[in-house]
Amino acid sequence: MSKYLVSAIQNIGHRVIEGIWRLGVGTRFFLLVLLKSGTSLRRFNLVIRELYFTGVLSLIIIVVSGLFVGMVLGLQGYETLQKYGSESAVGTLVALSLVRELGPVVAALLFASRAGSAITAEIGLMKATEQLAAMGLMAVDPVARIVAPRFWSGVISMPLLAAIFSVMGVFGGYLVTVVFIGVDQGTYWSQMQSAVDFHFDILNGFIKSCFFGVAITAIAVFEGYDAPPTAEGVSRATTRTVVTSSLVILGLDFILTAFMFRGVS
Amino acid sequence: MTMPRGKVIAIMGGSGSGKTTLLRLISGEIKPSSGQVKFSGNIVHELNRDQLFKLRRKMGMLFQFGALFTDLSVFDNVAFQMREHTNLTESMIRDLVLMKLNAVGLRGAHHLMPNELSGGMARRVALARSIALDPMLIMYDEPFTGLDPISLSVIGNLIRRLTDTLGMTSIIVSHDVQKSLEIVDYVYFIADGVIAAEGTPADVLASTAPFVHQFIHGEEDGPVPFHYPAHSYRQDLDLGEVRV
Repeated sequence: MSKYLVSAIQNIGHRVIEGIWRLGVGTRFFLLVLLKSGTSLRRFNLVIRELYFTGVLSLIIIVVSGLFVGMVLGLQGYETLQKYGSESAVGTLVALSLVRELGPVVAALLFASRAGSAITAEIGLMKATEQLAAMGLMAVDPVARIVAPRFWSGVISMPLLAAIFSVMGVFGGYLVTVVFIGVDQGTYWSQMQSAVDFHFDILNGFIKSCFFGVAITAIAVFEGYDAPPTAEGVSRATTRTVVTSSLVILGLDFILTAFMFRGVS
Repeated sequence: MTMPRGKVIAIMGGSGSGKTTLLRLISGEIKPSSGQVKFSGNIVHELNRDQLFKLRRKMGMLFQFGALFTDLSVFDNVAFQMREHTNLTESMIRDLVLMKLNAVGLRGAHHLMPNELSGGMARRVALARSIALDPMLIMYDEPFTGLDPISLSVIGNLIRRLTDTLGMTSIIVSHDVQKSLEIVDYVYFIADGVIAAEGTPADVLASTAPFVHQFIHGEEDGPVPFHYPAHSYRQDLDLGEVRV
C-alpha cells in the first residue's frame, strides 16, 4: 500500500516538476521569438502571408459562430427580459455580453481550435520532415523566418476576429429580436448605443482579445517547435495546443475581467 | 579524416555507427566532445552563432528525403537562399534558379509544388537548392535511399558531375555500396565512431579486411554482429542449462 502511495506521490512530483520545467522552456522560447521578431517586422510580407492562413481562413467559422451565438443570445435574452417587461433592453444585453465576454472568449476558443492547432501541426510537421533543420543549415534562423511571422499574424488576427465575431453576434441578435420577434428597431439600437461604453466595454474587450491572441499563438508555436519529430509527437502537440490554450483563455479571462470591471455596477 | 576540395568522399558504416553524427559535427549542429572539425580555415565548434551561420553559407546539405519546403514551389525552394542571403534582383534570381534546375534536369518542373514530385525528382530539386549559392562543400545524407534504379543512377551521376563542374567537395553518407563506389574518389568505413578502414574504391574492393569484406559483400557473419547483445538464447527461453 505504502509502495503505491510513494509511487503516486513521486508521479505527482514528477508531473509538477515537468510542468514547471516546460513553463520555463516555453517562457524562454517566447522571449526568443520576441527577440527574433525583427525580420518579421522588416519583411512584413512574411506576416501578411501568414495572416491569410491564420486570419482570413478562420473568418468563416468566426462569422457563422458569431451569427448563431448572437441569435441565441437575442432569443434567450428576449424570453427572460419580457418576463420583467424589459424586452427593450435586449439590444443592450446582446451587445454587452458579446463585447465584454463572449466575443473575445468564444472567438479565442474557436481561433485556438482552428488556427492554433494548424500552426502547431504545420511547425511540427516541418520539424518532422527536417525542413527546419534544412533551413538552419542554409544559415536561415527558423525562429525568425518561420515562428515569428506566425506568432505576429496570430497576435494581429485575434482582436480583428473577435471584433468581427461581436459584430456578427449583434447582427444575429438584431435578426432574431427585431426582424423575427418584432422588437422596435430604434429601441434595439438606441438602448445599445447608450449602454455600451467605448472605454469600459469595447476597449477592454479588445485588450482581452489581444492577450488571448498572444497566449494562443505563443502556445501554438512553442508546442509545434517543441514537438517530437514523429506522427504521434505532432498529434499530441496539436492536442496540447487546443487544451492548454482553452484553459489559459478561460483563466486569463477571469483575471482580466477581475481587473477591468472591478467596481463597475 | 581529410576531405580535399574537388573530391567525392563516401562515409560508410552500419546503422548507428555515427555517419550522420559526423555530418552534424561538420555543419556545427552539434559540438564534439573531443577533437575538432576544421572547415575553410575555421574550427567549427569554436565559432559563435553568427560566424557559424556565415560559414554555413559555404555549405550545402541534401537530406535523406529532400526536406523541401512544402509551402513553396520548386522555383521558390531553389530561390530561397538567394532571396535570404543576397540582394539579387528577381530577374537575376529567376535566371539563376532556371540554370540550377536545368543542371538537375528539372527546369520544366519549376512551377510544381513538392507534393507533385516523385521521390527522385524531390531529391534533384533539393540538390539544385543545395547548390544555389555555389557552396564549397555539399553533404549528402543517404541520397540513394528509396530510389528506383533510374533515379538512383541519375542522382549518383549528378553528384559526380556537379562536383567536377563546380569544383566543390562532396561528402556522401550512404549504404549503397555499389553506386557509391562507382562515383566516389575515397571511402571511409566507420564502426563504433572510429575509422575502421579507408581507401580508394579500388583499394576497398580488393581489401581482405574482415569489416570491409563483410560490408561490401553484405555478409551476415563478421565483425559486425547480426544479433543485438542479449542473454543466452536458452536462458531467455527458460530451457535451463545445457547438460553434457
